[in-house]
Amino acid sequence: MTTKVTIVDFGAGNLLSVARAFRHCGADVELAETAGQVARAERLVLPGVGAFADSMTGVQSRGLVEPLKAYAATGRPFLGVCVGMQMLFDGSEEFGHHPGLGLVPGMVRRIPATGTDGRPVKVPHIGWNQLITDHWGQGLLAGLSDPASVYFVHSFAGQPDDRADILAECAYGGHRVLAAVRRGNLIGCQFHPEKSGETGLTMIRNFLVL
Amino acid sequence: MANLRLIARLDIKGPNLIKGIQLEGVRVVGDPQTFARRYYQQGADEILYMDAVASLYNRDTLTNIVRRTAEEVFVPITVGGGLRSVDDVRDMLRAGADKVAINSAATLRPELISEVAERFGSQCMVLQIDAKRSGPGRWEAYRDCGREHTDLDVVEWARRGQELGAGEILLTSVDREGTRKGFDWELVKAVNDAVTIPVIASGGMGTFDHLPEVVEKGGADAVAVAYMLHYDKLTLPAIREKSLARNLPVRTL
Repeated sequence: MTTKVTIVDFGAGNLLSVARAFRHCGADVELAETAGQVARAERLVLPGVGAFADSMTGVQSRGLVEPLKAYAATGRPFLGVCVGMQMLFDGSEEFGHHPGLGLVPGMVRRIPATGTDGRPVKVPHIGWNQLITDHWGQGLLAGLSDPASVYFVHSFAGQPDDRADILAECAYGGHRVLAAVRRGNLIGCQFHPEKSGETGLTMIRNFLVL
Repeated sequence: MANLRLIARLDIKGPNLIKGIQLEGVRVVGDPQTFARRYYQQGADEILYMDAVASLYNRDTLTNIVRRTAEEVFVPITVGGGLRSVDDVRDMLRAGADKVAINSAATLRPELISEVAERFGSQCMVLQIDAKRSGPGRWEAYRDCGREHTDLDVVEWARRGQELGAGEILLTSVDREGTRKGFDWELVKAVNDAVTIPVIASGGMGTFDHLPEVVEKGGADAVAVAYMLHYDKLTLPAIREKSLARNLPVRTL
C-alpha cells in the first residue's frame, strides 16, 4: 500500500522537483489545483520558489486560501517547502507587506545583509548549510543526527513569534536563520528537501510516515 | 556562511560527456548520466550540465539527459548552453533543471536576464561568463564557447548582470579551462569584489591546492570541477576530506 501525497499545484517552479522526490521515495503523488482535492488530501505538500506575493497570488487565484486553512485544521500532515513554508506565516515583508495563510504566528523578513562581525553577508543565502536543532532523531529528523547539511536558496526567512515553533535553524553571517518550523501538524522547511541529497530524501520518507 | 560548494561540471556534446581544452579540442569521456549519478552518490553539492554545441544539434538530446538525471539525482542541477529565450528556459526547468546558465544570448540581449529572473526567480538565473584575459587585471567576455568577442569587460558585465537580476555568476577562465594550471583566481577576485551574488569559479583545476587558492585569494563561493573528476585524478570524497583538513567550509556528509 503506497502512501498518498497531495502536492498543491499553484504554478510553483519546484512543483515537479518535489513531485519527483516524493515518487522516488515511494509515494503515490497527486497534483492538486482544486479546493476539493485539497479537502480530500491525506498528506499535503505546499511547494514554492520565487517571490512570496506571486506565490500567494497563485494560491488565491485558484481559490485555495480557505481550503488550505481548513485542511490545516484537520490535523492531517501538512508540509510547506521554501516559499510554501513562508506562506504558513502571518505575512512577509518582501516587496512591501503581504499577508500569508496565518497558520504559524510570525513574519517573514529579510536575512540580515550584515554579519554579526559587521562584514557584509551575501544575500540570497545559496548553498548547503548545517542544521542546528535539539530535535535530532525524531519526527521529520528521524534517522538523522548532527551534522546534517541541507540546500538553501532564499533571501527571506520566517521569524516565529513563539520560539517553541522552531524545529531547526542554521547559522548565516553569525545570525540564526530559521531552517524548519513545526506547529502541531504543520511542518515547514525553508531549505529544499527535494534537493538536499540523501538527507533530504530521509526527511521526505519521514513525512510519509508522520 | 554558506558552505563552499563543490560542483561537478559535465560538458555535453550530443549524447556524450566530453572534456575540452580551452573550450575546444574535445575528447569523449562517456555517458553523462552515468557520471552524474556517480558524482551525486559521491556527494557532489550540485551538477552542472553545459551543452557545448547546443546551437548545432537537436536540443531534445540534452532535455532527455536532464530529465533522466533529475529522476535519480536529488541535488541542484544547472543546465547551460544555447538557451536563448524564456521558452527555452521554461522547457529546461520543466525537464528537471533547477537553474539555467546563460551566456551568449545574454551578451546579445541583456534584457533576457531580467525576463528570466522575473518569470522564474533570480535563484535560477545563473549568468555564465566565459572570460579571456585581455591585459593586466582586465578580462573580456566571450560568447559561443569562447569563439566570439563581445567587447564586454568581464567585471562591468558581472556587475550589470547582477543589476539585471542574475542570482549567481558562473565564471569560466577560457585561458585556464582544460589546462590544469589552476583557476585564474585574480579573475575570480576581480568579479567577486564587484558583486554581492555568489561566484562559481570554473576552469583550470589540476591539483587539490588550486582549490584553497581560488577560495582564499579569489573569494569563490563554489568551484566547478570537470577534468579531475572525469579522469579520476581526485574524487569528490577526497576533495571534501582535504578541504575539511584545510578548514575550508565544505558540507560534511
